Amino acid sequence: MPSASWMRILKGSGNWPKGPSGLLTKLRPLVFIAVLLVLWQTAASRQTVHVLPTPLETLAGMMDLARQGLLLKYAVASLFRVTWGFISAALLAIPIGLTIGWYRRAEMAINPLIQILRPISPLAWIPIAILWFGVGDIAAIFLIFITCFFPLLLAAINAVQGIPAVYLNAGRNFGLSPAAIIYRVLYPAVMPQLITGLRITLGVAWLVVVAAEMIAVSSGLGFLIIDARNAGNRYDLVVAGMVVIGVIGLLLDLLMRSLAGVKSLRWGVVTED
Amino acid sequence: MAFQRDGKITPVLNDLSLEVAQGEFLCIVGPSGCGKSTLLSAMAGFLSPSSGEIRIDGQVVTGPDPRRIFVFQERGVFPWLTVEGNIEFGLFALARAERQRRIAHYITMVGLAGFEKAYPSELSGGMKQRLEVARALAVNPDMLLLDEPFGALDSITRLTMRRELLRIWEAEGNTVVFVTHDIEEAVQLADRVVVLSDRPAKIQQIVKIDIPHPRDISSARYLELRNGIFEQLGLAHAI
Amino acid sequence: MTSLAEPKKWERLLWPLVVLTVFLALWHYSVMLTATKVFPSPLAVLKGIGELARKGLLWRYTGDSLRRVGLGFGAAAVLGIPIGLTLGWYPAANQVVNPVLQMLRPISPIAWIPLAIILFGVGETTPVFLIFLAAFFPVVVACISSVSSVPAIYRRAGRNFGLTPVQLLRNVVFPAALPQIITGLRIALGIAWVVVVAAEMIAVDSGLGYLVIDARNSGKRYDLVVAAMLLIGLIGLALDLLFRRLKTLRSVRWGFRDES
Repeated sequence: MPSASWMRILKGSGNWPKGPSGLLTKLRPLVFIAVLLVLWQTAASRQTVHVLPTPLETLAGMMDLARQGLLLKYAVASLFRVTWGFISAALLAIPIGLTIGWYRRAEMAINPLIQILRPISPLAWIPIAILWFGVGDIAAIFLIFITCFFPLLLAAINAVQGIPAVYLNAGRNFGLSPAAIIYRVLYPAVMPQLITGLRITLGVAWLVVVAAEMIAVSSGLGFLIIDARNAGNRYDLVVAGMVVIGVIGLLLDLLMRSLAGVKSLRWGVVTED
Repeated sequence: MAFQRDGKITPVLNDLSLEVAQGEFLCIVGPSGCGKSTLLSAMAGFLSPSSGEIRIDGQVVTGPDPRRIFVFQERGVFPWLTVEGNIEFGLFALARAERQRRIAHYITMVGLAGFEKAYPSELSGGMKQRLEVARALAVNPDMLLLDEPFGALDSITRLTMRRELLRIWEAEGNTVVFVTHDIEEAVQLADRVVVLSDRPAKIQQIVKIDIPHPRDISSARYLELRNGIFEQLGLAHAI
Repeated sequence: MTSLAEPKKWERLLWPLVVLTVFLALWHYSVMLTATKVFPSPLAVLKGIGELARKGLLWRYTGDSLRRVGLGFGAAAVLGIPIGLTLGWYPAANQVVNPVLQMLRPISPIAWIPLAIILFGVGETTPVFLIFLAAFFPVVVACISSVSSVPAIYRRAGRNFGLTPVQLLRNVVFPAALPQIITGLRIALGIAWVVVVAAEMIAVDSGLGYLVIDARNSGKRYDLVVAAMLLIGLIGLALDLLFRRLKTLRSVRWGFRDES
């Protein structure tokens, strides 16, 4: 009888890379980026009024910030706010969302209210946030919380409603108590969708923290961008800040994706972009 | 029994009276959509009849119960658990040693030895179906209710699975109620075949298959019984 | 899913009304109980809306915001759909461009503001550009995945019947991808609406987003702040519902059949 691992290879579920391989193909995106950088450099050096910084100037700006220790300090401040806002939103929204999704009437009842509150840009909450919490970290964290709460709530509701009835029926069939059904069937079944929701929401939170910082506090990467411009038109620092923001955002996304790659969760994660 | 969908009430089963004997292998056949799955779900306790009642061992059926395990098509296995994990699913009330023993026993019985740690996404359709049967058997139910379990499998695998199922049934001795639209399958497997009409379904005929296992599917008696059912359903057996 | 009986039709109206009433009541009473001088009660908000309507600001600002969204979103769709479809159609092109997309995507449109101001100055173009940026990436991503998720069998059937690549794209791939494209557009519109408010707060002097900031800065008119928030929410909802109606069009209804 063929062993399990042989069967797996024969079935092709091993990690064979698909598509054209080869060094040239891997290099192509890098070439593209290089081309863009060159375009950027030429466009910047051609300008009459020197406003847009060149790639090199941007790099120098980043080194500058790193040397002053500001890069790390600001990045940490931004990440701190995102983490707190995101986690508190998740801890509240997910259990509530799972419960609402379970009871059809509850979902019917709450949905219109959510639909009205959801499109309100987190930034529109700024005056209220400042009113309630003053200018400072808590206001920024509150904004992140609001940003994350509604999408996570909806993700949890959808996740529960999407559980195939067979799983729940099987749970009941085997005589599981309601509590057991919740943590042995419901919870594993909603995991992949929840993780996707968490990943997307983290991305949005990262976008918003930058905006929140521009307006409401005096540290962090968002603040850096506004401040660098206001206090001396240091556009090299502005663009440097943008690049760092982009990179951290990308890293956060990759972090969440690797979480989703954990074997017992991977079963349901559809590869999307 | 009526069934609601899109706001319309459709009577699905009408006036059914059926008795199932302990330890027998009963097949229910009928055209697609005639309500045989509904009947099976009602027997399992997932649906309740709008009139009349279902009794098992003298007690009225009010809900699902581990003594009657329903085997869905392969999509019923839990994708987040390994093969072992799935088989272990219903065994939470047992001591660890007994659990291990049963897992080992049923993995071997359905022929999945070596795949204990595999996840359902790594298994083929037939293997997933076997896993589901193993999971059902592990709790030693009195009744197994199977709803077109081999429908998604290719015909070669189907033949193998039928043989497996019979082997398991003979070894375990549970009562099996098996729903299928495949008449050949029914005549090959069952002690009795219940033929349902189109919706709203009534019992058209109950055929007793008196051929002992293993059944020769080219024997005269087999063909006679099979053709009888074809005719009952208004189907020609010459294409 | 789990439920008790199947909810009746009229319950669709009843329960939301109950929740909304409770919500308004809680709001009203907490304002009264804390005797706050600043945070508005529901009635104050309503009066605020009336005031805006009387001054003509309601329509003007709403119109401004919608116009900017229209332009930015329109540009994103007009550019993003062809680009996305092409990238989806040629995996090689996708492989080259994708890393750049992935790197630019997490950069908040807000972070682009200083750059936008450099390039376009303060004025109408900046918010439109920001909205364009915000909507562009979701549209492109949705189009890429819509093309790659067209089952290969459809393409093969097309080729089997002798269609040229152009015909294939127009008659097979595009209709098959349409439902997903529409979903992508709907999501992008939602994002655009969120961003217009943010963009208006920073870069212009009209529109609902501007109103939110201005009402507070010039006079602590929190009743107008909340009124503006409410309007933002309702219009955003209306836009979303409008788009969902698109899904019922016959030519795309097939793709949404599984959705509730």
